Amino acid sequence: MRVLRETWLLLVVSLRSLHKRLDVALVATVGFAGVVLVLVAVLSMAAGFRHTLRATGSNDVALVLRKGSGAELSSTLSLDQARRVGDAPGVAVGAHGPEISPELLVLINRRERRSRILANAPFRGVTASAFRVHPHIHLVAGHRFKPGLDQVIVGRAAEESFRGLRLRDRFTSGGVRWRVVGVFGDRGGIHASEIWTDLPTLESAYRRGDSVSAVYARLVSPAAYPRFRANLLHNPELSVSVHREERYYARQSRGLDRFITVAGTIIALMMGLGALFAAANTMYATVSERAREVAILRTLGYHAAAVVLSVVAESVLYALSGGVLGALAAFLFFNGFEASTLNNFSVVVFRFAVTPSLAAAGILFAGALGFLAGLAPAAAAARRPIAAGIRAL
Amino acid sequence: MTEIAAQPSSEPLIRLERVSKSYRRGGETIQVLDRVDLAIPRGDFLALMAPSGSGKSTLLNLLGGLDRPDEGSILFDGVALESLGPRALTRWRAIHVGFVFQLYHLLPVLSAARNVELPLLLQRLGRAERARRVAAALSLVGFPDDRHTFRPTELSGGQQQRVAIARAIVTNPTVLLCDEPTGDLDRRAGDEILDLLVELNRRLDKTIVMVTHDPHAAERARTLVRLEKGLVGEIRATSS
Ligand SMILES: Nc1ncnc2c1ncn2[C@@H]1O[C@H](COP(=O)(O)OP(=O)(O)OP(=O)(O)O)[C@@H](O)[C@H]1O
Ligand SMILES: [Mg+2]
Repeated sequence: MRVLRETWLLLVVSLRSLHKRLDVALVATVGFAGVVLVLVAVLSMAAGFRHTLRATGSNDVALVLRKGSGAELSSTLSLDQARRVGDAPGVAVGAHGPEISPELLVLINRRERRSRILANAPFRGVTASAFRVHPHIHLVAGHRFKPGLDQVIVGRAAEESFRGLRLRDRFTSGGVRWRVVGVFGDRGGIHASEIWTDLPTLESAYRRGDSVSAVYARLVSPAAYPRFRANLLHNPELSVSVHREERYYARQSRGLDRFITVAGTIIALMMGLGALFAAANTMYATVSERAREVAILRTLGYHAAAVVLSVVAESVLYALSGGVLGALAAFLFFNGFEASTLNNFSVVVFRFAVTPSLAAAGILFAGALGFLAGLAPAAAAARRPIAAGIRAL
Repeated sequence: MTEIAAQPSSEPLIRLERVSKSYRRGGETIQVLDRVDLAIPRGDFLALMAPSGSGKSTLLNLLGGLDRPDEGSILFDGVALESLGPRALTRWRAIHVGFVFQLYHLLPVLSAARNVELPLLLQRLGRAERARRVAAALSLVGFPDDRHTFRPTELSGGQQQRVAIARAIVTNPTVLLCDEPTGDLDRRAGDEILDLLVELNRRLDKTIVMVTHDPHAAERARTLVRLEKGLVGEIRATSS
C-alpha cells in the first residue's frame, strides 16, 4: 500500500515535468499509436473479410455440389441432379414448390475501378427462386432482370469496385451485350460482389447447356439438414456433396483469414519491437533527466520499488495513450473501409471492421509493450546510487 | 552492547567505528575515508570542516544511510546501519534523518508547501494534519506565509534553503544532516540560515551535523571537527 502511494506520487511529480520532455514522450506515444494502428487495421481487415463470408451463409440453407468439388466454380451438376435435390426430405416447400435454387457461377473479366487491372468478377445465373432461398438479397436501385432480355442486376460492392457496372451501364461478355437494370445488396454478404442474371441466358451465353454449378436448398429447419444430407449421399447415382451454406462460406474464409491474421500479427510484432525500443529509449532519457529528483525523493525515504513502479507506470501510460490514439485512428481511417481480395479466384469485396474487442486487444498489446519497455530503465533508475544522484546536477 | 544497555545516557547518538570508504575510478582506487572514528553526542551541533574534496559529503552520506562504508561500523542510537537491508534502511532514513543540501534540492515542479509535504506523504496522516505540520514547519523556519504556493524558481536562495530546512524537520527526525547549507548563499542570508540552525539546536534540542569549509559557519556550531586526509584530526569545542 505504502509503495503504491509513493509510486503514485512519483508518477504525478514526473508527469508535472512532462512538458520539458514532451518531444521524446510524443515519439514514444506516436510509436505505440503506429503499432496499434497497423495491428488493429490488419486484424479489422481479417475480421471484415470473415464477417462478409460468415454473413453470407445461413444455417438452414444447404448447398449441393458435385461429389469431390469443394467450391462452386469447380462443380457441375446436370439438370436432372438439380431436380432431384428438390425431392429430398427436409426441403421447405412454398407456394412455388420446393425452395431450391439451381445456380450457375462463371467468372468474367472486368476492370477494377481503382487499380484499372482486369480481375475476375463472379457472374451468377439464377432463377426466381433464388430470391426466396437468399432472402438477404434486396434491390436498392432499378428493378430485377427480366428473363431472356440480357439484363443483369449488380451487387453493390461489385458496382463500386468494377468499372462499367453502374445502373444502366452496358457491357459485353460471352458475346452478349448485357445491360445493368438493377443494383442489389446482400446485408454484408459475399453476393454483393457478384453480378446476377437469369440462369438460361447465362447458360446459353457461356454454352453450359442445362448444367448448373450448385443447388441451394432452403430447409424446413436447421435440424432437417442431417436427414437431407444423408438422403442425397445415400443415393449412389446422384454423386453429390452436401454442405451447410454457413459452414461452406466460413471454411472459404479460413485460409485467407489466417493468412491476414498471421501476417498482420508478424508485422505488428516487428513494429512493436521498434516501438518498444523507442519507448525504452524515452524512459532511459526520462530516468536520467529525473536522476536528481529520484535521488532527492530517495533521501526523503521513498522506496526503490516505488521508483521502479513509477517508471514502468509512466511507460505503460505512454503506451496506453498511444494505443488509444492508434485504435481511434484505425477506427476513423479504416472502419467500413472497402477493400477487395481474391477468394477462389474471384473478387470478394468486404469492409474493414474495427470492433471494440479488436481495439481493446490493440490497446492491451500496446500496454504490454509499454510494460516491457519500462522494465530496464526502471531497474537502472532504482540501481543508481542515491549519493551519485544527489551529486549530479 | 551490554554497555549500551547499562548506560544509555552516556552513549553517543552516533558512533563511527573505523569507517573506511574508497571509490574506484577506472583502475584507480581513491581512499576517501580511512578508518574514521567519531562519536556524536545527542543534542550536539557538530561542524565538520575540511577542504574541498576531502570526503565531507561522503561522510555525511554514510551517516544518513545514502551510501554504505566499505569497512567499519556506524551505530545510530544503538542500531548498526550495516545490519539493515535496503528497504529497512530506506524506512530508517524516513524516520530518523533530515537532509539539507547546499543547492537546496527542492523539486522544481512543486510549490514550497508541497515540497515540505513530501516526507509527510510517507506517513499515515490526514490531509488536514499534513497541512498543519507543513504550516508549522514553514513558520518555524521563518518562511513568509504569502509564499507557500510559490515554486522554488520563484524564491530567493535563502528562502529556498528555509523551505529545504522545513522539509528536513517536518517529520521531526532524530538528526539533521546539512551539507554546506550556506555554501550557495551570500553572507547575510547564510548568517540567517546559521541562526536558524543554532535555534533549532538550542530550542528544539535537534542534533545537527553540518559539513562546511567556511570557518565563519563552523564557528557557530558547538563542536568543530577537522577532517584531514581521510582521518579525523582536531576535535574541539567552539566558543559558541
Ligand atoms: N561516486 C564517486 N565516484 C568516484 N569518486 C568520488 C565519488 N564521490 C566522491 N568521489 C571523490 O571522493 C572525494 C571526496 O568527495 P566528497 O564529495 O566527499 O568531498 P567533499 O569534502 O564533500 O568536497 P566538497 O567540499 O567539494 O563538497 C573526491 O575526490 C571525489 O572526487
Ligand atoms: Mg561536498
